[in-house]
Amino acid sequence: MGAYLLRRLLIAIPSLLGISLILFTVLALAPGDPFGELATNPNVPPEVRAALRAKYGLDDPLLMRYLHWLTAMLQGDWGFSFASRIDVDDLILQRLPTTLFVVGSSQVLALLVAVPVGILAALRPYSLLDQVANTLAFVGFSLPTFFTGLLFILVFSLKLDWLPFVYNADVAATGWRWYWEHLRQAIMPIAVLGLFQAASYTRYVRAAVLDVARLDYVTTARAKGLGEGAVTLRHIARNAMIPVVTLVALQIPAVFGGAIVTEQIFRVPGIGSLLINAMLANDTPVVMAVTFVFACLVVLFNLVADLLYGWLDPRISFR
Amino acid sequence: MHRRLARPVGKAKAMRERDLQHLIAGVRDGRVSRRAFVQRMLALGLTAPMAGMMLAQEGIAQTADLRAAYKPAKAGGGGPLKLLFWQAPTLINPHFAVGTKDQEGSRIFYEPLAAWDGEGNLVPILAAAIPSRENGGVAADGRSVTWRLKPGVKWHDGQPFGADDVVFNWEYAANPATAATTAGSYKDIKVEKIDDLTVRVVFREPTPFWADAYVSTVGMIIPRHLFKDYVGEKSRDAPANLAPVGTGAYRFAEFRPGDIIRGVRNPDYHVPNRPYFDTIEMKGGGDAVSAARAVLQTGEYDYAWNMQVEDEILKRLEAEGKGRIEMYYGGNVEFIQLNATDPWTEVDGERASIKTQHPAFSDPAVRKAMNLLVNRAAVQQFIYGRTGRATANILNGPDRFRSPNTRFSFDADAAAQILEEAGWKKGGDGIRAKDGKRLKFVYQTSINAPRQKTQAIIKQAAQKAGIEMELKSIPGSVFFSSDVANPDTYPHFYADMQMYTWNMTQADPGVFMLQYVSWEVATKENKWQGRNVSRIRNAEADACYRAAQGELDLVKRAAQFIRMNDIVVAENVLPLLHRAQVSAVAGKLRTVQGGWDNSLAFLAEWYRET
Repeated sequence: MGAYLLRRLLIAIPSLLGISLILFTVLALAPGDPFGELATNPNVPPEVRAALRAKYGLDDPLLMRYLHWLTAMLQGDWGFSFASRIDVDDLILQRLPTTLFVVGSSQVLALLVAVPVGILAALRPYSLLDQVANTLAFVGFSLPTFFTGLLFILVFSLKLDWLPFVYNADVAATGWRWYWEHLRQAIMPIAVLGLFQAASYTRYVRAAVLDVARLDYVTTARAKGLGEGAVTLRHIARNAMIPVVTLVALQIPAVFGGAIVTEQIFRVPGIGSLLINAMLANDTPVVMAVTFVFACLVVLFNLVADLLYGWLDPRISFR
Repeated sequence: MHRRLARPVGKAKAMRERDLQHLIAGVRDGRVSRRAFVQRMLALGLTAPMAGMMLAQEGIAQTADLRAAYKPAKAGGGGPLKLLFWQAPTLINPHFAVGTKDQEGSRIFYEPLAAWDGEGNLVPILAAAIPSRENGGVAADGRSVTWRLKPGVKWHDGQPFGADDVVFNWEYAANPATAATTAGSYKDIKVEKIDDLTVRVVFREPTPFWADAYVSTVGMIIPRHLFKDYVGEKSRDAPANLAPVGTGAYRFAEFRPGDIIRGVRNPDYHVPNRPYFDTIEMKGGGDAVSAARAVLQTGEYDYAWNMQVEDEILKRLEAEGKGRIEMYYGGNVEFIQLNATDPWTEVDGERASIKTQHPAFSDPAVRKAMNLLVNRAAVQQFIYGRTGRATANILNGPDRFRSPNTRFSFDADAAAQILEEAGWKKGGDGIRAKDGKRLKFVYQTSINAPRQKTQAIIKQAAQKAGIEMELKSIPGSVFFSSDVANPDTYPHFYADMQMYTWNMTQADPGVFMLQYVSWEVATKENKWQGRNVSRIRNAEADACYRAAQGELDLVKRAAQFIRMNDIVVAENVLPLLHRAQVSAVAGKLRTVQGGWDNSLAFLAEWYRET
């Protein structure tokens, strides 16, 4: 296991290097100018713009800029935001709690919905419940989050006026009110993300449970006279969850990505909205850092999924 | 067109030498009424604002006091003020501000010596009074201006504000290593401390427009005692970059770049009974339409900034009755440029080189026809609604600089007639041509729904007159970038026509009109950094500009700029719309805003009616 982990980590290094090189090249080739807004301000002389470009090394050759970035990154220096003139890691750390809260809660919500619904649907395939669950799941993952987000705003904020649609990272209230305000503003983004995830998870849970429910050992368990509840929970669900757990682990980076749009719609000050704003402002160091973090997450969670798989299913061994 | 102007101004000039001084003296000691004076000037062909300016120059100012509208009898008690900016400020050091959003964020805490009101007049903020010839502030030779500072002003940390701070801001911004975006306003001046409450700004040459440094958006003053160790290379390490200590109506509480700025009422604010609100919050992000909704429809916010939203939508939201749209005009103008050079011929690796001439637009008849084919009234009515006014001027404000001599009309038949007479005959395909040159133009602009609609309207009219137009839309991030390698940026202008908005950020045309002087032409040699993108080169316009920049008589100076306006709009610049600053304001909120300064320039004067 230790050797396996080490080997996997070593393999991760070249792939991360490759990813970073590709990201850097794409960003460098992309059109745009971090100081473009100055270009349309007649009061800012062009020399000022040129001096800024020179100061931030934008005029250096691509390879040199990449090597600069890489050596700095290896020393823990994530770069320096053009738009904010502060260190990129500060920016990201500032945004991280909000994103973790929203993405984490949406994952919990997704599992709370998907696991029971998926199991129930699979135990009575083609029943009314199964049909309804299936239909909703299809609707759920065919509707993109930017659409459901707007739909939620339209219904719950504009028509019913129940929920605010501007997210405020620090609510000016204390005690229970603080929790209440936080919950109120977080309901919509969490629901949008969570239900989208829940839709696809439901399908996976249902499929996994269907596979397991037909196996001989389940019949044996029933033949031993175990109650239906015990059979479902201890024998079926536990084994059916193995592929689902891996799936969830693999999905987590994708959820961070999916949160980008949702965060923008609800003005959630998370990493996703940081990325969008940085892209709009052509703030390449921030874009580079955030996308690189996403890349690391993908590599990391792939590894986590593999390890979990082996741990949950003793038949698999690491070599 | 400019011929018409020359006569009345000439007349006024002839008169001014003796009689005018006499007349002005009359106004001063009350023998002649202000109104009679203005009417006399109108008869001579001057505009009313210009006549007013003549009096202002002589120290007989009559500016409406914008502070008079403030109703609350004491400071505080107004609860929270919630502002929604769909572009979030990413930094709050005014000298680093890249966009207007950053200036607005900084403006909550920092103040300049003076700010521009809605009419383009200066209002003292940290200055005791506006310098003038009369009070000795503006030197007669135009080489210096002396600012007297308001006494008793304190920074938010209790330190006194004084001349040292003012001088320091010059040293800070002028240092190239600081990489301040305000450097342009400070690098060519010298600032001297006279005493603790007086500073003198010295110019290299006679400068009629002295209200640049320390004024408005570039003039916000940062405290010396917190920034003095962070000049030059170290500027980015200053802790106060992220936690401003200013003199403004609100003290700093919290800042998250790209998300939110929070402030609390400054109990020691230097204007009595202000500010009204106890806390202020500036939330950023999202998009303009939903920001408008949060104010006009749900009432979650009190104010939404820069509503770049189609007027149709704004009208619908306004009908909900929770708030209103407020509009302010500065000098921002949407306009079309006809390329003076040939974008399709390459000379020394450069297209649109000034060594070439545009095959069609070099013919005045074609330019005249193009002007008639632009249906400005329709563009205003159907696309921009209340948020823009059709104009024939490139220089639309302040009022004293607006030309009364220009007209616009839309007449496709007349355009066809002009082209016909000039020898541009229709070919078999319906497109006019002359000497093998066809009237087929590429017309480019940035991707933006109103602009694409405008393109379509003009293309249609041109087609009728026998001109073929190929429309090109470029993403804004490319079009408005200064990327030297990308041929699709607006300074490259590798097309026959292009359209965009040019902002006028000061209530003076000095910098704005640089886009029409020959020495500013954007070329490969200057990496397309020259401001003159249309490549117009007109000796008369150059002369007007030079004369204006050395002219200390403000009225004569205004006349030069008006003349320059008239020349360029008769050449290859087609103004379309004078565009407003639009904001959404909650029903009971009373704001003081104008088009010549940041929206939050007079934040201390805002209050809510009860």
